[in-house]
Amino acid sequence: MNSRFTWFNATSLTLGFVFLYLPILLLVIFSFNESRLVTVWAGFSTKWYVELFQDEAFLDAALVTLRVALLSATVATILGTLAAVVMIRAGRFRGRTLFSGMIYAPLVMPEVITGLSLLLLFVAIGIDRGFWTITIAHITFSMCYAAVVVSSRMVTFDTSLEEAATDLGCTPFQSFIKVTLPIMAPAIVSAWLLAFTLSLDDLVIASFTSGPGATTLPMKIYSQVRLGVTPQINALSTILISVVTLGVLTASFLTRRAETKRKADELLAGS
Amino acid sequence: MDRKSGRFLLIGIPYLWLGLLFLVPFFIVLKISLSDIAVAIPPYTPTFDLGAGWSGFIQFLSGLDFENYIWLIEDDLYINSYLSSLKIAFFSTLFALLVGYPIAYAMAKAPSEWRPTLLMLIILPFWTSFLIRVYAWIGILKPEGFLNQFLMMLGIIDEPLQIINTDTAVYIGIVYSYLPFMVLPLYSALEKLDGALLEAAEDLGCTAIQAFWKVTFPLSMPGIVAGCFLVFIPAIGEFVIPDLLGGSDTIMIGKTLWADFFSNRDWPLASAVAVVLLLLLIVPIVLFQRQQERAQEAEK
Amino acid sequence: MNISPNKKPSARFAPWEDPAQKPLVRFGNVTKRFGSFTAIDNISLDIYEREFFALLGPSGCGKTTMMRMLAGFEKPSEGTISLGGEDIADIPPYKRPVNMMFQSYALFPHMTVEANIAFGLKQDKWPKQQISERVEEMLSLVQLTKFAKRKPHQLSGGQRQRVALARSLAKKPKLLLLDEPLGALDKKLREKTQFELMDIQEKLGMTFVIVTHDQEEAMTVASRIAVMDDGKLIQVATPEVIYEYPNCRYVADFIGDVNLVEGRISSKTEEMVKLAWAEGQGDIDISNKNGCAAGENACLAIRPEKVHVTREEPQDVDNKIRGVIHDIAYIGNLSTYYVKLGNGQIFRAQESNRRRLANREFTWDDQVWLSWRNTAGVLLQK
Repeated sequence: MNSRFTWFNATSLTLGFVFLYLPILLLVIFSFNESRLVTVWAGFSTKWYVELFQDEAFLDAALVTLRVALLSATVATILGTLAAVVMIRAGRFRGRTLFSGMIYAPLVMPEVITGLSLLLLFVAIGIDRGFWTITIAHITFSMCYAAVVVSSRMVTFDTSLEEAATDLGCTPFQSFIKVTLPIMAPAIVSAWLLAFTLSLDDLVIASFTSGPGATTLPMKIYSQVRLGVTPQINALSTILISVVTLGVLTASFLTRRAETKRKADELLAGS
Repeated sequence: MDRKSGRFLLIGIPYLWLGLLFLVPFFIVLKISLSDIAVAIPPYTPTFDLGAGWSGFIQFLSGLDFENYIWLIEDDLYINSYLSSLKIAFFSTLFALLVGYPIAYAMAKAPSEWRPTLLMLIILPFWTSFLIRVYAWIGILKPEGFLNQFLMMLGIIDEPLQIINTDTAVYIGIVYSYLPFMVLPLYSALEKLDGALLEAAEDLGCTAIQAFWKVTFPLSMPGIVAGCFLVFIPAIGEFVIPDLLGGSDTIMIGKTLWADFFSNRDWPLASAVAVVLLLLLIVPIVLFQRQQERAQEAEK
Repeated sequence: MNISPNKKPSARFAPWEDPAQKPLVRFGNVTKRFGSFTAIDNISLDIYEREFFALLGPSGCGKTTMMRMLAGFEKPSEGTISLGGEDIADIPPYKRPVNMMFQSYALFPHMTVEANIAFGLKQDKWPKQQISERVEEMLSLVQLTKFAKRKPHQLSGGQRQRVALARSLAKKPKLLLLDEPLGALDKKLREKTQFELMDIQEKLGMTFVIVTHDQEEAMTVASRIAVMDDGKLIQVATPEVIYEYPNCRYVADFIGDVNLVEGRISSKTEEMVKLAWAEGQGDIDISNKNGCAAGENACLAIRPEKVHVTREEPQDVDNKIRGVIHDIAYIGNLSTYYVKLGNGQIFRAQESNRRRLANREFTWDDQVWLSWRNTAGVLLQK
């Protein structure tokens, strides 16, 4: 599209980003508010952060969430990568349509249904609900996202690279490990990041599949929020937002730097 | 490990996982939706008992009925929940389109060196917690919240507006939360648009505005359709937004299901609600799938 | 469509030689800057009605900017552009009686061939009946009547090109701009289409301005060519003059193949110039003076096809040099001989292959003579 960037465009961009970011900004600012009222400014204070770190229930919940997210993201990325390989490379096999249906369906499935159905499964087979059921539930839905992310990159993968590796003496398995995986690494990393944040974020599915003793951070936040707005939640939100923002910005900075470096190298090599 | 068994494992592992944890649970939901509520653990009857053999299975089958589904039709609450979910999802989608289109358009028109940053700014909120983003709006929409303070300061209103706990708050919440899903497909459709087409339209007598309606808008249709489905489908089953921002008279099906399950502990009825919701969603999902396939076809 | 011979000999068409003629388009000291970059540097140029005018140059020379200023997509930073005597600087593209055929064709992908062609007419609010008649007429002009209901992606490259042409012609513009119109076609189709374009231009009696980087294309279709470089006009003339009498090395080198011989003018008479070019070699006689004075450094430009290769020393020729065949490029109808001269310079000579390859007269490392007439080359100032 040609660039005739008018005042109209500038206005809609500005308003759009104000709409997207102002609520988050207000949330962050008022986490440093002295007063218990989150909407009236009463001076700067970090006391809510201090209070937060003394609240053991929150710390426990954070620990549970982190463990669930780390474990489920890792397993989901492995399973999702396998699923992507199956979808892109395995060719035809019996039940292929069902398979790709099962990959795509969870993406559009309402969380309440996914949560309910998994809970009913766990009840039916009589597993005690808690940490493990939440983890398994998270693996199940986030592996589908991981599969989509990895497969969208794998579609454009040049298979002649693998053929070259095989030609030079690798078995198919070796060429996958030595050639395909390293090239797919950025996609696999972003799949892991996505699975991790999805798990970190999930309230509905965790609420269904958790049992006594396993409360995740979103569940804790939710039960607090239902009671009303508190500066403690603002402080917690600020921490979460900073961590995620920092992570995403670093990741994108690293990929962009690698990209610029590659381009510069190509330019040097070309001259 | 020879090639054939390797391939079998490769396909088998993810297949088995999804089959056991995605497909089987649906049949369980279906089965429980045909059961009756019971004061027991688990709180429904009949339960399937493998030890009872064939006669146990017959007895199990005879215990199933469509009572819950009949109840869904008879009780106004459920029909209203479905209809109101559809209505709220529809209008939120429309508002998201109206808000998202100018943003996506401006992004596509922006200098190309800005675009990665703009794209990043659109995606970034998606990575931060959904729950927190919805929570942020409570502080804004409350009677003593930022919006009311701001409007009263400007002298536009004298009395605080009641926005939180109304449908309006739910619309705002859905548009806000799902805006990236609307903007991204719109942006990718608009960004692909060849600038020469607009110049050709101008050359043939169109003003810039006419060129927009005759060329840009129809050519961005795939993006519009994709964006609308991506907002509409999850909005129907939304629970967090109507629960936190909506009022007691804001009924959406996700909220109703949640209440039946957690408050009333009527698992069979909640399952029936889920089954009907799923049937309701199949239509837009299939339409969306078709549209995606057609769009992919057109790319070739 | 018949392939018509190049220029009609009957009535010589040369309005640019007639001072009484009013130009259709006039660039008056036009400069166009993009930021600090000067794309067009003080250009004045007249284009006359019914001309097929070519802007020729390498990419980045400013030819596309010239065209976009005519279409109205760019405004000149300085100077005026007039169409039929009227200054058009402030007229937006959609109000100009000028249409453009885009390099990418810019066919609307969501409309049929018919709707694409009718687009501009609907925009001008033509009555329905007239629109369908005009569309019909255009479709038959470009021989696409059968494809009226197709969408652009269902057409071949050549068909798309013709739809784009029909769409830009439909509004009967005073001036049609063609931006590399044949760039996307393969060589065979391009040659055929060049003649079709000329036929259409002649039949409709319209003024065409074509932008191209392909010198053969410009030579084939144009009544006049403007050779551009670096935002400036280098030479504006008919194809024959551009080829036979280039006014500088740039033009000589850009259009066709050329041998350039550097030297110093040793003597000069009314009709003849002698060029000293190498130690121990005779001077070269050139009958075109091109305003050089004796003692100046100059350069002879001579086309390979004007140089003869013979085994025996030729008699009755104006200039001759000895050399050794260094390389031969066989291109079917012609062969180009790369002949190494005594001073190490490689000289190209072209002969048509009237005989079969096996009977070729010369081969590698043969001693040969190169010869040409006084009038065959041009002298260019340094």
